[in-house]
Amino acid sequence: MSATDIHDPNRRDFLYVATGMAAVVGAGAVAWPFIDQMRPDASTLALASVEVDVASLTPGMSLIVKWRGKPVVVRNRTEKEMKDGEAVNLSDLKDPIARNANLPADAPATDANRTTPGKEAWMVMVQVCTHLGCIPLGQEGDFGGWFCPCHGSQYDTAGRIRKGPAPENMAVPVFKFISDTKILIG
Amino acid sequence: MSEGHSTYTPKTGIERWFDARMPLPRLVYDSFVAYPVPRNLNYAWTFGGILSIMLVAQILTGIVLAMHYTADTNLAFGSVEKIMRDVNSGWLLRYMHANGASFFFVAVYIHIFRGLYYGSYKAPRELLWILGCIIYLLMMATGFMGYVLPWGQMSFWGATVITGFFSAIPLVGDWIQQLLLGGFAVDNPTLNRFFALHYLLPFMIAGVVVLHVWALHVVGQSNPTGIEVKSKTDTVAFTPYATIKDAFGMIVFLFFFAYFVFYLPNYLGHPDNYTVANPLKTPAHIVPEWYFLPFYAILRAITFNIGPINSKLGGVLCMFGAIVMLFLVPWLDTSKVRSAVYRPWYKLFFWLFVADAILLGWLGSQPAEGSYVFMAQMATLFYFAFFLIALPVLGLIETPRRLPNSITEAVLEKNKGGSGHPAGATAAPETKG
Repeated sequence: MSATDIHDPNRRDFLYVATGMAAVVGAGAVAWPFIDQMRPDASTLALASVEVDVASLTPGMSLIVKWRGKPVVVRNRTEKEMKDGEAVNLSDLKDPIARNANLPADAPATDANRTTPGKEAWMVMVQVCTHLGCIPLGQEGDFGGWFCPCHGSQYDTAGRIRKGPAPENMAVPVFKFISDTKILIG
Repeated sequence: MSEGHSTYTPKTGIERWFDARMPLPRLVYDSFVAYPVPRNLNYAWTFGGILSIMLVAQILTGIVLAMHYTADTNLAFGSVEKIMRDVNSGWLLRYMHANGASFFFVAVYIHIFRGLYYGSYKAPRELLWILGCIIYLLMMATGFMGYVLPWGQMSFWGATVITGFFSAIPLVGDWIQQLLLGGFAVDNPTLNRFFALHYLLPFMIAGVVVLHVWALHVVGQSNPTGIEVKSKTDTVAFTPYATIKDAFGMIVFLFFFAYFVFYLPNYLGHPDNYTVANPLKTPAHIVPEWYFLPFYAILRAITFNIGPINSKLGGVLCMFGAIVMLFLVPWLDTSKVRSAVYRPWYKLFFWLFVADAILLGWLGSQPAEGSYVFMAQMATLFYFAFFLIALPVLGLIETPRRLPNSITEAVLEKNKGGSGHPAGATAAPETKG
């Protein structure tokens, strides 16, 4: 034993470390499936698109469709709602980023950037509060947009966070008008 | 104190046979019969025993409920209603389980406040205290997941909000949230795993309880004076003195429990949970179970960004921070005196803290608007100030009252001043408490 005490790292030290490392890697490899099984499974991950017929929506009306387990609101905004949305100064926004999956990630949160070109009256967004995932109520709150009953977050008519604990504007999903009255989400 | 040598003497042949092979009777005798406890323990010390029977009651009722419950989003709500209407005695077992959870928390809060008042967390009981905090954390996880199982509106939206906490973590938050949910929203995979974990965690609690009791039996109980046991006259035997006192405490506690089970079974629940979960409609006003309300109020109080930390992360950090404070108490308190009985300023701040915790609980049940938000912010500030300012500073500037020399002296002094009974040193049973 005295030889191993005196000498610098020798063959036996190397074997200890190598065995230890192999055990760590092995333990990790065994643990991973136990963690991995908790992630969303294949059926949940399967990307789904939904087609929505919006012909019946006159200004001031909304409908909600379920997309990937979450509600997506399609709203035909009134003139006043659009004006209110455009009148907002960007520096007054808590989250100045558009959060629009159809635009670059750093696009500013103007009213136009929250919608799609030529169809500025239409809001299509995931109606899930960016705070802790509640469903905000439409056309309520101080800004005439959305109000989350859970923790009091208030969104304006373009779904941008204005007041309360939510950190981000509500997300605009990938969508497009495939005809004048049909929207494809996803 | 169990380190002292054992006074167990096996009397019968079978006891001797066991003692030579696996001395379990000796362990029980030394831990629950001859084990010396301070003679001045009051009724605040009976809650450990009360918590043990509540844990056993929850496990027993839970196991039989699981025999009738179905963890599937299409069937769960109906299976709970079946328990209520069709299963023999099902209504009673479910009400015992649901109210049992609440009373478990009633008992644990009294137990925690008792520890804070009498300084039970101070050396050498830091580890004992931390094991208790771990039990409390496990209880919260168990209670939360149990509330999801009936798959009512509050179950669903409570689960959505609480798993939403994790999405606040920078970079890996969304990944962790999806890992917990098994999807992008609360759904069938979530319900299934919560059921599995809700069944597992109580047994983990039982395991940590064993460590908690082990640690307790190494350092011995604290007591209302906060003075360590110095001589044999300071203690009495666990049986019969503590056993009988604990039993009486349990009976009184179970009286209140039974009153709720039979007369107010839904008082502590929420009517919205008798509506089946609807992922497209959030109830007008989401509230968690009452025992989470103070933390919920702290979460909602942070409505502003703090530098690079946004309001959401800030709220979540404060909420978890509120629990972390409990873990740090043994090192935040700088006082050399344990018990608030001898600390006039600490006593004041302790009761202010109790009032603050109750106020936060009430604010948590109110909507997050108007003056409630400001009040919650002030109450949150006081909550943290109690731990981070009052505890360290009071210990340095406060002049404690004169401490008695021993537990025995404290007991005899009290009796002289109080009833005028001549109390000899041998009058142990009457002077307890």
